[in-house]
Amino acid sequence: MRRIISILMENEPGALSRVVGLFSQRGYNIETLTVAPTEDETLSRLTMTTTGDEKKIEQITKHLNKLIEVVKLVDLTEGAHIEREIMLMKVKATGAQRAEVKRTVDIFRGQIVDVTATVYTVQLTGTTDKLEAFIAAIGETQVLEVVRSGVSGISRGEKVLSL
Amino acid sequence: MEMLSGAEMVVRALQDEGVEYIFGYPGGAVLHIYDALFQQDTVNHILVRHEQAATHAADGYARSTGKPGVVLVTSGPGATNAITGIATAFMDSIPMVVLSGQVRSDWIGDDAFQETDMVGLSRPIVKHSFMVRDPRQIPEMIKKAFYIANTGRPGPVLVDIPKDHTAPHNTFPYEYPKKVKMRSYAPVTRGHSGQIRKAVDELLKAKRPVLYAGGGVVQGEASQALTALARKLNFPVTNTLMGLGAYPGSDEQFLGMLGMHGTYEANMAMHNADVILVAGARLDDRVTNDARKFCPGAKIIHIDIDPASISKNVAAHIPIVGPVKQVLEEMLTMLDEQGEVGTDTKSLERWWQEIAGWRKVHGLRYETNEQGPMKPQQVVQALYKATKGEAYVTSDVGQHQMFAAQHYLYDRPRQWINSGGLGTMGFGLPAAMGVQFAHPDAVVACVTGEGSIQMNIQELSTCLQYGLPIKIININNQALGMVRQWQDMQYGGRHSQSYMESLPDFVKLAESYGHVGMLVEKLEDLDGAMEEAFALKDRLVFMDIYVDPTEHVYPMHIADGSMRDMWLSKTERT
Repeated sequence: MRRIISILMENEPGALSRVVGLFSQRGYNIETLTVAPTEDETLSRLTMTTTGDEKKIEQITKHLNKLIEVVKLVDLTEGAHIEREIMLMKVKATGAQRAEVKRTVDIFRGQIVDVTATVYTVQLTGTTDKLEAFIAAIGETQVLEVVRSGVSGISRGEKVLSL
Repeated sequence: MEMLSGAEMVVRALQDEGVEYIFGYPGGAVLHIYDALFQQDTVNHILVRHEQAATHAADGYARSTGKPGVVLVTSGPGATNAITGIATAFMDSIPMVVLSGQVRSDWIGDDAFQETDMVGLSRPIVKHSFMVRDPRQIPEMIKKAFYIANTGRPGPVLVDIPKDHTAPHNTFPYEYPKKVKMRSYAPVTRGHSGQIRKAVDELLKAKRPVLYAGGGVVQGEASQALTALARKLNFPVTNTLMGLGAYPGSDEQFLGMLGMHGTYEANMAMHNADVILVAGARLDDRVTNDARKFCPGAKIIHIDIDPASISKNVAAHIPIVGPVKQVLEEMLTMLDEQGEVGTDTKSLERWWQEIAGWRKVHGLRYETNEQGPMKPQQVVQALYKATKGEAYVTSDVGQHQMFAAQHYLYDRPRQWINSGGLGTMGFGLPAAMGVQFAHPDAVVACVTGEGSIQMNIQELSTCLQYGLPIKIININNQALGMVRQWQDMQYGGRHSQSYMESLPDFVKLAESYGHVGMLVEKLEDLDGAMEEAFALKDRLVFMDIYVDPTEHVYPMHIADGSMRDMWLSKTERT
């Protein structure tokens, strides 16, 4: 099962390598990983998506919690949450395709953020599913380059992950 | 405030931490620290002959005292040589602080002479690590290192110190923190009372209970509580390899060690149990055999300070996260408060009868041959007799380790010192040094084999320098016994690289290092030789004892089976 694990950790050199190292040394899988400082510059917020059965996820969260620099951790998929990923994509935009690409971008509520005579650069935000649906809709032959941020997430409602 | 250099702060912090001994080896990156060490005499530096031995000696010191072992090594090869010892301590949850030198900070990343990324290299085998980025951080980092190493589930902590941060000409105000507070690290101090209550109720209902105690009971100083609980409930106890001594080995309620080379009665009792209280153990593969077939009828109550150890290999019905001592003591209090103990005494009586039947099988028996070579088990039994069961026994890894675990009965926690999790050959002699430093008047024996001892034989020189009267019991079967046993059992007897050609003359070797060497080849000489060796109270004696190379360790779990599936000899199985 796919999980989104969100971690608040000390913003210290080497902290990220401990998280990543843990996954490789225990044979866990990281699908996406995104990390940046929070409003409190001593803390970083790290979000990762991973897959595994109940037992594996339990081990992952326990081992993450054991890392000395991990302050708090939440499995966002346990409750209602919002997940977002941003994608930048360069697509071929020539001839008839130019209008077609524009229409598809509009349908997905994306934006064209850079234009040349032959290329559109598209920005799209949403869940992983939505981004993948867009890639499928645009057709692989059109795609020149894709960069994705990885998933970020936050829980719905009053619940917060903070100190 | 006092002004100190980085190097002086390192040494002063160790003093303030109450460190008696540090084990190490000098080199370029730590010369400032060595110079500061030279100018004081509270912290005693022990010069080993190889950095791996420094870590094992610090480890032996820690295992036998409960205090963190401290290591000081230089950058590059000094640090990498320490890796095996750090991993050994990590696997067995031993508190240790390793100070490693690093090249000067502005050279890091430039492939400087003797540079290696020690924080990176050691990351998977330390509880935590620090890199000093400013000399002002030194006191706090060292304080935190000791705090982290010695609380919660203990483990090794590394502090990597670039050379420029210890330079003598730069001084800084020094104050050693009295307390540590870390928002991201708060080890549990109490188990959940509701869970403990549930566990007690389950124990009282048990008809076929077993108490299964591991190294956590030794590390967590919970032996008294465990013993009191076992006596109060009249339950049988089994210890893991790491837990030997947690419950007195010569006690009637003790079933012996469990697991791959556990006793027949311990493994049978586990398999047939209805309630198992796992205390400070992690149900590892050397204990459970195939985890899916593990103790099918048992409810598992699992106490551990590390939540990640619970339900990792075997699901726990009643998990209790907490210090094992506090949890066991709370159980005792609950039992005291309800007055009458209230166990199912009739069922327990039947259970003890069943256990008595298994004991009769006597899985630790072995065949002796008056004419033939000595048996390794006889050597361990002779050692037990000669030391009246009171010695600290360290061991290396292999058959001799299992014989020492099975045939020496450990009545005290911290008496048995071995590398259980990592299985590090070369551990025994340096560990014995650490034990002897910590307990200068105690009898310390290192049970080893001709394979293992050669992995850190150079430490005979350290032993001479510091006059350590360790007794080395070299059970010499002229083969890598455990490897050979597996080759006999699973590889059609093809002894690929498992025998030792061109062994040294260990007697002469010991003598050339300035020690006493003894050769024992006949059983009739064994007891006398042991007595003679242990009478030499101020000398290291290397006893080279030739034994039967064909002997196997039994019982032995049959791979992929359950706890009750065992070979009892070369021909009999359950």
